[in-house]
Order: sequence, then C-alpha cells, then structure tokens
Amino acid sequence: MTTMTDPPQESFRLSMLLNDTRYRSYTFQFIALIVLVALFAYLGSNLVQNLRAAGLNISYEFLGEPAGYDINQRLIEYESQSSHWRAAIVGILNTLLVAFLACVTATILGVAAGVLRLSKNWLVSKLMAIYVEAFRNVPVLIWIIIIFTVMTAVLPSPRAFRGEDATSSMLLDSLAFTSQGVFVPGLVFGTGGLLVVLTLLASIAGMVFYGKYRTKKLYDEGKELPGWVGWAILIVPTILVYQAFSLTAGQVENRIIVPSEIAAADVSLEQFGERLVTDKTNINYCVVTDSTASALGKKMLLGLPAMELTNPDAVKMKSTRFFSMDDAKTAFAAGSCNMLVVPASEAANFASSVETGAVALATNVKDNAPIAFDTPYLANFRFTDGITVRGSLIALWFALAIYTGAFIAENVRAGIQAISKGQTEAAASLGLRPGRIMNLVVLPQALRVIIPPLISQYLNITKNSSLAIAVGYMDITGTLGGITLNQTGRAIECVLLLMLFYLVISLSISGVMNIYNNAVKLKER
Amino acid sequence: MKKSVIFGALTVAGMAAAAGVASAGTLDDVKARGKLNCGVTTGLVGFAAPDANGNWDGFDVGVCRAVAAAVLGDPTAVEFVPTTGKTRFTALASGEIDMLARNTTWTFSRDVDLKFEFVGVNYYDGQGFMVPKDLGVSSAKDLDGATVCIQTGTTTELNLADFFRSNNISYEPVPIETNAEAQQQYLAGACDVYTTDASGLAATRAAFEDPAGHVLLPEIVSKEPLGPLVRHGDNEWGDVVRWTLNALITAEELGVTSANVSELAASAGDNPEVNRLLGTEGNLGEMLGLDADWAVKALAGGNYGEIFEKNIGENTPVGLARGLNAQWTEGGLLYSPPFR
Repeated sequence: MTTMTDPPQESFRLSMLLNDTRYRSYTFQFIALIVLVALFAYLGSNLVQNLRAAGLNISYEFLGEPAGYDINQRLIEYESQSSHWRAAIVGILNTLLVAFLACVTATILGVAAGVLRLSKNWLVSKLMAIYVEAFRNVPVLIWIIIIFTVMTAVLPSPRAFRGEDATSSMLLDSLAFTSQGVFVPGLVFGTGGLLVVLTLLASIAGMVFYGKYRTKKLYDEGKELPGWVGWAILIVPTILVYQAFSLTAGQVENRIIVPSEIAAADVSLEQFGERLVTDKTNINYCVVTDSTASALGKKMLLGLPAMELTNPDAVKMKSTRFFSMDDAKTAFAAGSCNMLVVPASEAANFASSVETGAVALATNVKDNAPIAFDTPYLANFRFTDGITVRGSLIALWFALAIYTGAFIAENVRAGIQAISKGQTEAAASLGLRPGRIMNLVVLPQALRVIIPPLISQYLNITKNSSLAIAVGYMDITGTLGGITLNQTGRAIECVLLLMLFYLVISLSISGVMNIYNNAVKLKER
Repeated sequence: MKKSVIFGALTVAGMAAAAGVASAGTLDDVKARGKLNCGVTTGLVGFAAPDANGNWDGFDVGVCRAVAAAVLGDPTAVEFVPTTGKTRFTALASGEIDMLARNTTWTFSRDVDLKFEFVGVNYYDGQGFMVPKDLGVSSAKDLDGATVCIQTGTTTELNLADFFRSNNISYEPVPIETNAEAQQQYLAGACDVYTTDASGLAATRAAFEDPAGHVLLPEIVSKEPLGPLVRHGDNEWGDVVRWTLNALITAEELGVTSANVSELAASAGDNPEVNRLLGTEGNLGEMLGLDADWAVKALAGGNYGEIFEKNIGENTPVGLARGLNAQWTEGGLLYSPPFR
C-alpha cells in the first residue's frame, strides 16, 4: 500500500509578491502598467489643459460644416458646399484607389522581376538586378516627383491639339496624352449593359469552377474533360446576352433634338454642322450618363468637319452631364443645354413640348449595342468626358508601384531561393518542364515565405501614398489633413482622425492578408 | 502603431506647452535671443525672396526688418523662416516664429477661431487670374471648363470655389504647395489659369522669361487685406508690431523718410506728431517697452512708401501701382491711427 501525502498547502503571503519569483514578475508588470497609464493620463491632461489655456477645445463639429473647396478627382459626388466629412470620404476613396492600383501593379512587377532575376539568361538577370538596385535605393518621393515632372514637361498641353498648326493629335481618335493627364474613353452602360457585365462576371466564376471540377475529376477518376468547355462557358453566354439586347433595345431609333433657333426642322446632321459654323453657335451637349444613344450621337457630331480641331472656325462645344433622361429633358427645356438625343418615338412630342421651340434633326442615331464608349474630346480648355487619369494619380501610382515592386522582387527571390534545390531536381527527374516546376512545385512553397513580407509591403504602399500632396493628388492627407485642417485650424482633431484612418486601413489590409497567409501556409498536423 | 500614438501625443503636448511658454512675453524672448524670428514666404519676388547672396529682400521682409530694428536696434537681426501656406499658422502657433509677415489675408476665422492677432494691413489686395495671352480669354467668366492652378491652404481656394459656383461655370482645380511649383506647372501648360492675389500674380509674372505673353484678367474676385500677424494673448508684443507698422505708414504721411529721419530726430521740430513719433517729445517708446528712438531705427530702412517703391513699385519688375495702397490723403486706404 502506498500512501500519498500532499505537500503542505502554502498560503499566500503579501511578501511573496517581491520574494517569490513566481509572483515577482507580475508585480513589476503591474507597476509598469500603472506608470504607463499615469504617463498617458499626464500627457492627456497636459494637452487638454494647454488647449484650454489657449482657448481651444477639441470638437468634431466642423466635420458637418460646408467644406467650401473643390476637389478635382472625386469617386463619389462632391461639390464645394458638401461637408468636410464628405471631403474626407472623397480623400479616403482616392487613397484607397491609388493604394489598390499600386499594390496590384507592384505585385505583378515584383513577381516578374523576382523570378526573372533568377533567370539563367545573363542579360535578363542583370537587367532585373539593375532595376531592383536602382529603384529601391532612391527615395520614393523623388520617384514621384520625377515621374510627375516628366509627365508635365514632356507631354503637350491641350492647347497643342487645336488649330491649323496643331502639333499633337489624339491617338486612335480616342486617347489623349496631355500635361494635364491622360484622357481615355469611358464605358456607357445602356439598356441591358449592366446585365452583360453581370453575365460576364458569372461566366468567369463558372469558368473557374469548371476548371476546379476538371482538375478534381482528373485526380479522382483519371478522366480528362475537354478544356474548350471552359472557354465556351466564358464567351457564349456573354455574346448571347449582348446580341439579344443589341437586336432588341439597340434597334430603337433616336433623333437629335436642338432648339429651333439654331436649326431648321428635318435637316440632316451634316447640314446642321454647316449652319453651326456660319452662325458661330456653341454646342452644349446634354449627356445622359446611362444612354448609349447619347454617347453615339456625340460621336457622330464630333465626326463632322465643323468640329475638327484643326479647323480654325471649329464650333466650340462642351458637355453637361445628367444622370437620367428626365433630368436632361427638363434642363434642355430650361435652356441649360442645347443638344439632346431622345428615342424617335418621343422626339416629336418632346420637341413640341419645349416652349422656346425645338426641332428634331433628320439623321437617325441607332445605338446598336448595350455598351458604348464615351470618348473624350477637347472642349474650350481641356479634354472632357470619358475617364480622366490625372498626372498626379499616374505619378503616384507608378512611383509607388515601381519602388515597392523592387522590394517585392527581392521578397520573391528570397522565397524561391528558400526552396531547396533538391525539390527542383526531383521535379525535373519526374520529367516536368521548367515552367511547370516553377508553377507546380516551387512557387506554391515559396508563397509561404513570400506572403508575410508582402503584407508589410502593401502596408508601406498605403502609408507612402500620403506623399500624394507633393504632386497635388487629393488623398485623405490632402483633403482632411491638408485643406480642411488649414481652413478650420482644427489640427489636433484632423491629425487624430488621420491616424485613426491609416490605423484602420492598415489593420484591415494585414487582417485580410493574414487570412490568405493562413490559407497557404504549411499545414501541420 | 501604438508607439506613434505616444509620439503623436508627445508632439502635440509639446507643441501646446511650447506655445504656452512662448506667449509669456515674446518681446522679452526676442530681446534675450537678440534675434527676431520672422515667418515669410518660401520665395515671392518683391515680397520676400532671397537675393543672389542669400539676403532676404522684399516688401514683407521690410516689415520684419523694421520690427527688428525697433526692438533690437539692428535691421539685420532677423532669422527669416520660410513658410508655406500650410505650415505658416502652425509655425506661428507653436512659437517657432515671433511674427508672420507672409501675404496673409486677415479673415474672421483666422483672427477669432485660429487665435491670431492681425496687427494691421500692409497691402490691400484682391484675388486675380493670370492666363497665357494666346488663350484669347478676356474675362474670368470665359473660363468655363478651365484647369486652374491654386496654392492649397489659402483663402484663394475658397474664393475660387465661390466665384465659379456663383457664376455657374465649372473648373478643374490643381492644388499646389508653393508659388514656385505653381509657376512651373503653369508654364508647362499643366494648368490654363493661375490664380492667387493680384500682387502675387504680378510678382510671379515679373519672373517669367516672357512677361508680355501673359495677361491678368480684369476681375478681382475677393478682398484680400494682407497683413502681419502675431499670436493671440500677448498684447505687448502685438502692440510693438502694430505700432511699428503704423510708424512706417505715419512716417510716409508726415514726410519722414530714411534720408531725413536722422536730421529730424536730432532735435524736437515744429510738428508735434513727428516729435512724438521720433521720440524727441513724450515717452511713446517707453510705453511700448522700447527705446525712445525706436521709430527712428525702424525708419532707417525707409517709410512705407519707400519700402513699397523699392520692392514692388512701378519702377521694379513687379510693377504694382499704389492704387488702394496709397495714403488716405491721396485717395488710398492707408490710414494709421495717430501717435499720441
């Protein structure tokens, strides 16, 4: 028989907090915590006291007041009477936009450069080495300014596109590279346009699923399903939907309505153009953002000789944008714009309903497709319509991408080199070709090494985007931390908000990337 | 990130503390330091710009030098601190500079909400527009759709938005940090129009290779009374700067110039106001906490009119007429309270 005697239960004495190593560390941690809290409390009260002494108080009421300033690049609706808070949101979206673009571009650049730097081709690997060393060793601010300066200094100003001796012209009649930015066509989604896009997205998802199913089938049952079915899933439904809409809604005829004082009834668009030149009338085109006929009508108008930029007597034109046909009709009737494309069935009614008199031109505008291009054109001073990619965005985006891309290239190279040579050789001995070895054996394992430093590079891009003000890009630092701070003088409030914003964004990015990291990291059992 | 919160809080607390200390007595601080820290622009020809030898020169610089001369007896005892539209107020509030003489518009919110004290107006200005001549624009109302370069963090930004909104025309703002950058962008055609105070436009145009190729549009869209300012709450220092500026203006009105000031100050003359100004009668200097001949020293660099003519007057490249900035006796707005 064995007897078990419990060790005598030691009762806790206060002196053990210092003498017993088990508790001592807690004591010191607790003291450190109290000191830290006291320090913060002191700093906080010092700040509050000094602010009160200076007659200032911390208040966020200014966020609701009208901002009073304009912002050039805005992804949501904003005008100078919107609140400071909305200006901050516009800034946040601009920050996110440039961060997203730069992250994607930097990843592509970085992975390509990292893989190519390990290439056996001497020239390619040395070129990549030069890229990495040159770009990561020069501060990113310098790159931003260099790209911006080159853009503004080298590219022609919009003025160079006009006149008989124009020195520049639009590329393919739809792209303009100017010192004020790059102007590219935008997309107009007419009837069914969004449905086409949704179909395309669903098809892409379907193609991916089919691909996965095909692989599974191959691994599980050894049967290989045909590869073309995937492509068919991608292409066929989209084309069908597109054609369906262009053969139905797209066949609707449209007429151009203009005030009767600038055109006689039932003249053709060409005759109308000639009269515009003799009368020196200015066009203020009513653009309806969800009407492909509107975009098409504008294109037909711009194709007239009267509108050619090299024509010294060219008619001056500008656009006014409306979000719905009804708004545009009201504005046309009120005289805010003088050229509107409406469906032929409504044309006569609408023209007679305009009190100041309006006529429909004889030329038919047939929009044909659910999706159309909205091409930019040179208005009075600058290109308008389409999508404007401003020089500041390009400079910031490219500079962040090539700078951070150089760091990512090194991460990728490190990740690839971390995979032992034996793996490559084993894969080669199974008869895999080099490309497949890289894709199937090396990269999946290398990702485990690459992802963690990649997260911090993404965070760097987001934080470095605050250098935007150097080129006048209106990110959150430019709106909330710049103009709003200046105009309201609420420096502490604005800076605290800025810190909070960058904190939230950075934590979200690293949170999402950590989920991905957990998905690819080595599964240990 | 936690760390940066700590540092942020430390910086903010430190700034507030520094402001608290500095406002105790700027006059004493300046005397003890032996140097006046004066905030100016980063470079605007005629108003404040370093010359080839690195010496600051200009209209606003003249005010700084006059204050330094009045307080320290030496017009060169100035440390010029270049500030941008964005950094100027922080620099003044934090005590980094003792006064700001930087084309700063006197507005309600800056005076009341930002806790500064404008001591007077040294230049009555208004916001104007400059465009290249070959654009063929003759009025700002024709600028529909134009790209406009604008210095960010200034009142011009708000005036611009108001002007275009009230005329119901559109524009594309290009925000820019300094005048030099704006000039470069404007010349490169990255913007069609440059807008700032009309005096600033004239100064900028003067620095162009081809000034005749650019025109100032007739519209002046705002009132921009520019003046030096100090921190709120230090009234003694505010008085010193205010009355130094007034001394420059009064001296011109009374005909006291840099040429005759030492002669007039040698002994009391016939005009009691001149005597009081120059310290040969009364004790105005003592009331300010300065020497009796403070104004004599301040005027060594010239009175208001002399500083104007030398830096931005019609015979300089900037070529500004006196206009609103003439003495009240000559139809302008300059009107100094009496020295009594």
